[in-house]
Amino acid sequence: MSKKIKSILATDCGSTTTKAILIEWKEDRYRLTFRGEAPTTVEAPFEDVTKGVLNAVMEVEELSGRTILDGDKIITPDDGSKGVDIYVSTSSAGGGLQMMVAGVVKSMSGESAERAALGAGSIVMDVLASNDGRLPHEKITRIRQLRPDMILLSGGTDGGTTTHVMELAEILAAANPRPRLGQNYKLPVIYAGNNKAQDSIRETLGDISDLDIVDNIRPVLEKENLEPSRDKIHDLFMEHVMAQAPGYKKLMSWTDAPIMPTPGAVGSLIEMIAKKENISVVGVDIGGATTDIFSVFEGKFNRTVSANLGMSYSICNVLAESGLDNVLRWVPFDIDRSELTNRIGNKMIRPTTVPQSLEELVIEQAIAREALRLSFIQHKEFATSLKGVQSERTISDAFEQSSSGQSLVNMMDLDLLVGSGGVLSHAPRRQQSARMLIDAFMPEGITQLAVDSIFMMPQLGVLANIDKDELKEDASQAALEVFDNDCLIRLGTCITPVGNAKPNSKMADIKLTFNDGSVKELEVNEGSLEMIDHPYEEVKVSIVPARGIDVGAGKGETLDSVIYGGVVGLIFDGRNRPIALSKESDKRINSLLNWSQAVDEYPKGELF
Amino acid sequence: MAHSYTPGLKVLKKTIFKKERILPLKGEVLVKSGDSLNPETIVASTNLPGNVQMLKVSNILNIDPKDVVDALKVKEGQDVEKGDIIAETSGIFGMFKSSVESPVDGTVESISKSTGRVVVREAPIPVEVDAYVSGKVDQVIENEGIILKSNAAFIQGIFGIAGEKRGDLLLVSSSPTEELTAEQITPDMKGKILIGGSFLSLDAYKKALSVKVAGIVVGGFNYYDLKAVLGYNLGVAITGTEKLNTALIVTEGYGSIPMSEATFSLLKENNGKPASINGATQIRAGVIRPEIVIPIDGGNLDNESESKMPEGIQEGSTVRVIRSPNFGKIGKVTSLPSELNKMESETMVRVAEINIEGKNILIPRANLEMVETE
Repeated sequence: MSKKIKSILATDCGSTTTKAILIEWKEDRYRLTFRGEAPTTVEAPFEDVTKGVLNAVMEVEELSGRTILDGDKIITPDDGSKGVDIYVSTSSAGGGLQMMVAGVVKSMSGESAERAALGAGSIVMDVLASNDGRLPHEKITRIRQLRPDMILLSGGTDGGTTTHVMELAEILAAANPRPRLGQNYKLPVIYAGNNKAQDSIRETLGDISDLDIVDNIRPVLEKENLEPSRDKIHDLFMEHVMAQAPGYKKLMSWTDAPIMPTPGAVGSLIEMIAKKENISVVGVDIGGATTDIFSVFEGKFNRTVSANLGMSYSICNVLAESGLDNVLRWVPFDIDRSELTNRIGNKMIRPTTVPQSLEELVIEQAIAREALRLSFIQHKEFATSLKGVQSERTISDAFEQSSSGQSLVNMMDLDLLVGSGGVLSHAPRRQQSARMLIDAFMPEGITQLAVDSIFMMPQLGVLANIDKDELKEDASQAALEVFDNDCLIRLGTCITPVGNAKPNSKMADIKLTFNDGSVKELEVNEGSLEMIDHPYEEVKVSIVPARGIDVGAGKGETLDSVIYGGVVGLIFDGRNRPIALSKESDKRINSLLNWSQAVDEYPKGELF
Repeated sequence: MAHSYTPGLKVLKKTIFKKERILPLKGEVLVKSGDSLNPETIVASTNLPGNVQMLKVSNILNIDPKDVVDALKVKEGQDVEKGDIIAETSGIFGMFKSSVESPVDGTVESISKSTGRVVVREAPIPVEVDAYVSGKVDQVIENEGIILKSNAAFIQGIFGIAGEKRGDLLLVSSSPTEELTAEQITPDMKGKILIGGSFLSLDAYKKALSVKVAGIVVGGFNYYDLKAVLGYNLGVAITGTEKLNTALIVTEGYGSIPMSEATFSLLKENNGKPASINGATQIRAGVIRPEIVIPIDGGNLDNESESKMPEGIQEGSTVRVIRSPNFGKIGKVTSLPSELNKMESETMVRVAEINIEGKNILIPRANLEMVETE
């Protein structure tokens, strides 16, 4: 089979490191062959992002023995011995894309605008709304202080009243905001509200901002139309924000597709995987300052950024929001509380340090569980069906008490949970990553677990988005194949029966049939955690839950399915949802130690 | 020689200290290149746009937004005083008029036909920027401010609270391992910058606040005491805007940690001299550390003595361990093995071998900080 694209170079310019990967067509499929990284060079003394890109590419050259660069130019196309066919990049350097959004009703157009901005990969600094309780002058002060890169203004259904959205526009005009980067260009404003107000909006904001008008984000109450706003945000990110950052003009001239904001690229990849496999997915990226969560349920994509939940810069905020007790409940030994808070404070002020002792590692992973748990709560609250919609309800809906604005996140429907970010990707044992994911997200039924160990999803995401006709097909094939073969480290599958069960009572009988024909039977009991080693291979499973217990087919209903192992294996989780820990210290520590031992989480010694 | 790049905190006996003194908005620079500056010299000034009052004229007068124009008594750009009539209905036969008055002194900025609102902007708010440290104007940035240059001793802390303060340094603790206690703080220390050793308790800080000490430089402070000082849990280390009489600069970290010998002796050497300090800290991309600047009299402002670019950790470097175990201890690097090493936590990391108190210990390089001296 001949391919138009034989090799792909992709980079991701993060705020601290620039990562380059080389993808090549080998033996009838695309594979990741080499990767390199180098410090990002957006800030002084270099102030040119391309320096870091070249350094990262040079590392790929050294490792692969392939010439890719000619001086500071990327050689294209691939002539068989040197050069690459295409080059793409994402970027979150310089703090990423920082936006402010505005809508008339906070929970309706405000939320739709927020969803569009987050989906495009931006950080939403604030949501202004007519009903947010702030006085006009307070809103104005806020806009001036924040200096966003871009503003998305929405509000009103098409043809409806224009008064409220015009009031917001007047507030924007009075604030006359200046962009964060560069003194000499006008702030980009996207208007995605009531089409009847477009002329008045032009009159009010046309002179003081760089105004773009797109289709209404909420043309009617029942419909959300995010695509036009999201695309416009991507265009403006390239044209305005990136063009102001040092070296980006040069970088943009090198790439074969527009540079995407890193989280936007990750989101679009996750969306694509969910669509192709027809599955529900949750992805998480836990960083030093923020935690990003992406989900696709019922075909609907959502992304949230918990701006102040992270493992270094924001670690004290995790402590402040969850409370010390919630962190300590995951720690299987006693520790002086004031000393612990000082230690966590020291991690905040010296964010690059790593846990040397086992005790430090256990504490860090306890904090990670809480950071993930809190971020996921925020995500569940945001990823909802549209609010303010009147829907016809059937009798069964009424019994289920479902209404507009309900969370789309249903843990029993979740098929794949993917983790990334230092604390999950670089945990010394993969079992630790699996435990953190399970304890924080509390999956139900059958859920596959994975980590993206080198965080390749951004590069694959931008690859999947190439829209040049002659390259499109090969690029998206490459993105999917590399995602399947090289990007994810499959940890295994977690099986969790849920329902009210008495302590230690049987929750399910499980029969596993392996590829070699061998069979294994086991019971899952309430409060237990068990693990079976098994690589990433098919296993047939038949689960017979006890009365009142559900594993995905309904209460008491038998479920037959095919599951996969992984580097950790198959995990059987009999712990209640939410996972309950005893208030008595001895019992709690005992449970924690048992669970850790069951999955071989930590090295045996003084602590375990 | 093997080396690694770990940013350290600066402790410099003599350096060319440069600082941008910039207005928040464009304005007027009041000094020239080469001018001598006192800390109090105003170097630039401007006016921030005043607050905005939005008057819902159509609602108050109960008329249509499009009819607001007819009721107006003012024009865009017109100055108004508090109480001036902004708009008035004609009433019935000149009776039963209703009107809207300006709530403030200001200027009519805009009048909206679509919402019936009138925007009145209050008088501009003047803003001034002072020199902060004595020195010379190195460079004028047109309409924005200056870059100040000064011959000074310069020390960075790890974390601080409250913004810029000035005062004479006063050595209170006699050694870097000694705690600075509440009893040692007396009313005659008002306006001074106190130098402590290993620790400052919440009580001692409160005492300092009450006698209006300008600032305290100390090795350690308890993280959980910050809540009592700030009124909230400090989630992210971004400080500097706290309205506190006494700036606090912590040089080593949270807990009781002896101040590094180099920092302590440099502060001691300069006991009694005027200094400028700033507790403002931002720990995120583009880190800002709190600082202590002690101008040195009579020195030439030449570039030759300027501090060199920070170097990475090398064999023989003096380093400080910045994470437990061995937190706060200082040692010398004896070797920098290139291969990855497995720690007790099973984390695979690049390490440095450090001699601490006569014993060689392996520590992850990420957990070390250069102690920069000269």
